[in-house]
Amino acid sequence: MSNVNWLTTLGLLPLLGAVFVAFLPKTNALAAKRAAFATTLIVAAAGIAMATQFQRDNVDLQFVEVHSWIPTFGINYAVGVDGVALVLILLSVLLSPIVVLAGWNEASGGRWSAKTFYILILILETMMIGVFAATDVFLFYVFFEAMLIPVYFLIGGFGTGKRSAAAVKFLLYSLFGGLLMLASIIALYVISGEQGGHTFDTTALSHLHISSTAQNFLFLGFFIAFAIKAPLWPFHTWLPDAAEAATPGTSVLLLGVLDKVGTFGMIRYCLTLFPDATKTFTPVILVLSVISIIYGAFLAIGQKDFKRLIAFTSISHFGFITMGIFAMTSQGHSGATLYMFNHGFSTAALFLVAGWMTSRRGSSKISDFGGLQRVTPVMAWVFFFAGMSSLALPGLSSFVSEFLVLVGTYTRYPVAAIIGTFGIVLAALYILIPIQRSLHGPIMPGNEGLTDLNLREKVAIAPVVAIILVLGFYPSPLLNVINPSVTHALSVNGHTDPAPSIAKAGK
Amino acid sequence: MSGFTSPVLIYSLVAPILIVLGGAVIGVLVEAFASRKIRPILQLSLTVGTLVLALAQLWRVRHETSGGAAMGSVAIDGAGILMQAAILFMAILGVFLIADQENFTVLAAAVPGSDEEAHSIKSGEQLTEIYPLTLFAVAGMMLFPISTDLITLFVALEMLSLPLYLMAGLSRRRRLMSQEAALKYFLLGAFSSAFFLFGAAYLYGFSGTVSLSGIGAAVSASTGNTVFMLIGIAFLSVGLLFKVGAVPFHAWTPDVYQGAPTPVTAFMAAATKVAAFGALLRIFYVGFANAYWDWRPFITVIAIITMLFGSFVAIAQRDIKRMLAYSSIAHAGFLLSGVLALNKAGLDASIFYLIAYGVATLGAFGVVTLVRDSAGEVTDLNRWAGLGKRSPFVATVFATFLLGFAGIPLTSGFIGKFSIFSAAYESGNKAVVIVGVLSSAIAAYFYIRVIVLMFFTDPVEDGTSVIIPSVLTRISIVTAFALTIFLGVFPTPLLNFISSTAILLR
Repeated sequence: MSNVNWLTTLGLLPLLGAVFVAFLPKTNALAAKRAAFATTLIVAAAGIAMATQFQRDNVDLQFVEVHSWIPTFGINYAVGVDGVALVLILLSVLLSPIVVLAGWNEASGGRWSAKTFYILILILETMMIGVFAATDVFLFYVFFEAMLIPVYFLIGGFGTGKRSAAAVKFLLYSLFGGLLMLASIIALYVISGEQGGHTFDTTALSHLHISSTAQNFLFLGFFIAFAIKAPLWPFHTWLPDAAEAATPGTSVLLLGVLDKVGTFGMIRYCLTLFPDATKTFTPVILVLSVISIIYGAFLAIGQKDFKRLIAFTSISHFGFITMGIFAMTSQGHSGATLYMFNHGFSTAALFLVAGWMTSRRGSSKISDFGGLQRVTPVMAWVFFFAGMSSLALPGLSSFVSEFLVLVGTYTRYPVAAIIGTFGIVLAALYILIPIQRSLHGPIMPGNEGLTDLNLREKVAIAPVVAIILVLGFYPSPLLNVINPSVTHALSVNGHTDPAPSIAKAGK
Repeated sequence: MSGFTSPVLIYSLVAPILIVLGGAVIGVLVEAFASRKIRPILQLSLTVGTLVLALAQLWRVRHETSGGAAMGSVAIDGAGILMQAAILFMAILGVFLIADQENFTVLAAAVPGSDEEAHSIKSGEQLTEIYPLTLFAVAGMMLFPISTDLITLFVALEMLSLPLYLMAGLSRRRRLMSQEAALKYFLLGAFSSAFFLFGAAYLYGFSGTVSLSGIGAAVSASTGNTVFMLIGIAFLSVGLLFKVGAVPFHAWTPDVYQGAPTPVTAFMAAATKVAAFGALLRIFYVGFANAYWDWRPFITVIAIITMLFGSFVAIAQRDIKRMLAYSSIAHAGFLLSGVLALNKAGLDASIFYLIAYGVATLGAFGVVTLVRDSAGEVTDLNRWAGLGKRSPFVATVFATFLLGFAGIPLTSGFIGKFSIFSAAYESGNKAVVIVGVLSSAIAAYFYIRVIVLMFFTDPVEDGTSVIIPSVLTRISIVTAFALTIFLGVFPTPLLNFISSTAILLR
């Protein structure tokens, strides 16, 4: 078992699939689709197989592989996962086949052939696995930046509307953040060289002694990059444009997985590498998260377009995740990690159904829909279900994570938690109003002839619905994986959960 | 009167330069005596053969270190040999591009638009003086980074510059613009040579010697008139910064890059940068190292404004060659941070960066030679729209070079940027690193804009097309493409080779 290079294999499989697709004839779109779907299914199966080998109670990194890559700079190809990374890798490999199947005809509106579309998707999957698996900061950065390129071409080449402008905006925002992070990484490299040899190993770096001023600057370099990625107010403006322009499948990967790299990075790098700076900035970041929660929710209420609506709800949700992370309690962290997983699936459900509605109606404006419940009952119910998941209805998976985040935050920062709770109230508004307009009421002109979900679409959405439902009632399989890692990481960084009696302690 | 001592040369060590010079002289004879029919192929094989031979000789002496190869006026050391090899390698790729004679005027002596010109074009009898000129320039470039005294440096500087002035004026199309570029280059180049000489004179006055190590010793002993030293360093730097195209001595760059025949631009942009930075590194590391605190503030400021100016102005360019020219200015700024580092890491990083940048530049200009309409090359960016649709392969290759310039991971440019900035940071120069990172973000904008144009904009039907490249051009571009990716994914062999060989003899 230990001889299997799980993570490398998992990362290479999509790449091999991409190479295979590249050799298929350009005219045969169906072959490319089938090959891509088969690849993502195999990767998902391999990912689940890997997860079964994961030892839950072992808090060390698992499936570790270390090979020297650029020894001159002390850079290794080093991968390994803890509970948090495992959950996010699972999210990536599970969403990929769903995206491919759900968006079977997505590539048809693009500038290039379907073949190119699936090659890009498969390359992206490799990079998603790599970015979560990397334990070498340099390797992480390479994946972090390199994954922008396939997404850029997916948005700009296959999106709709102002796709190239949205793609450029996305790329420039991300590159800007990435370059700030590069400056911090260079500083870490130099500091590690001064203290016993150049290294990029996350654990070794976390033992460095960095002066507090330096820590603050380095922390900001990393944090701004991550705050752009998992858009936190005020770094969020690229997201609605990108989500509106991209195809639904790309949006699912973008919001569901790629943005999680930001929140994952906060846990893995900001908190571990710069514990003192984290404490310094926590109040500011909590304020930003609360603003994101409320601001995202308010703007979501005002949106006239489904895709932008979902993008703004995500900004609100990323606020919750960030709040959970910086609350520095084990409930907060577990909740945030679980939230990342759940948000991936509930966003997937929303985006995929919104995408099907859009492609049928030829418009993504909320006002163009009405009475769908009677015309396309299955689609309407799935959308309703996805909406309920997004507003964290008890019994659905998001409820568990949102509750954990709020509880975890309340024990230490009650004010932030209380204001954050208003986000839930607003969530009811931004979900229920569009649902009422589009699903209920009289059938709008132009909606009469819409067809309901076909078998392929039902098959694609079924696992999403199942996961949301099952994890709503029974989240422990995931929590059992997450909790040990989270508790361990917090204790290593010197945080303990406040006892209930000292809940109002400020630090 | 002391008796005349006959100079002692260690021929095996200076042989690479002598081979190139010999090839150039034979090239001149071929140009004069060979029949016009066989001349192009003869010149091409002679040139490539000469360069390969020089490279082979360089490989044989790669482990040698000697300060006395030519009576102490050149230093054969790891860093010098590496840069010579880089220059030769880029020259070979450049000559492959130059071999496409379509770009060059048939008869450079004919007045543009004259009957004589029309006649010579009709007769199809191409003059091939570009080959020996290239070899002369290469010889100068090879001498420049290994020179250890100011006189040899000046000779090398002139030797590499004069052929380049001529080569810049040889374009077949838009000849007036090309000649204007050549004249501009010549005038400004002559001006900067004067600065260089002036600085050399002051340094001699300060230290009583022209050898870099002698100047270095005088600087560390701080004997002599330090005002002379400062004036000397300042003026010498101006001459060198002109060659590398650093702001505010960059004014020639865009015009010359645009006006010169594109293959010449490719060769010049790549190889001259290596030679000039090679010399700059040696002068500052060997000669001025101990006056670090005197020149560091100025060079820091120049590096910062060079990076920012190059990146900002490139945004406004509508011509691909001008855009690449401003991008080369920005890269000169990045490279200056390697000079500023003044440590071994800085030297290694600079050499790696020079190789990575030079190779990608050759490839990028190589692609520019392919995009044409009936009147020749199309360099107007707007007409590059939709290139990705017409010729996806060429557009992808070009996009890779641009991403390399932008320093996206998995390309050579990223490793270069990382190593050079980390060296600068290690030396404590944080300001340069921060500005460098920010200007990289600005620079990314205009690189990406070209990618948007090529891939996300619909093509205009105006006869712009990508010609099918000749075999040699293809070799050149594909090699550059492969190296850009390879050095991004597996930079270790080259990095190790550089860090084990790159030593500057003091």
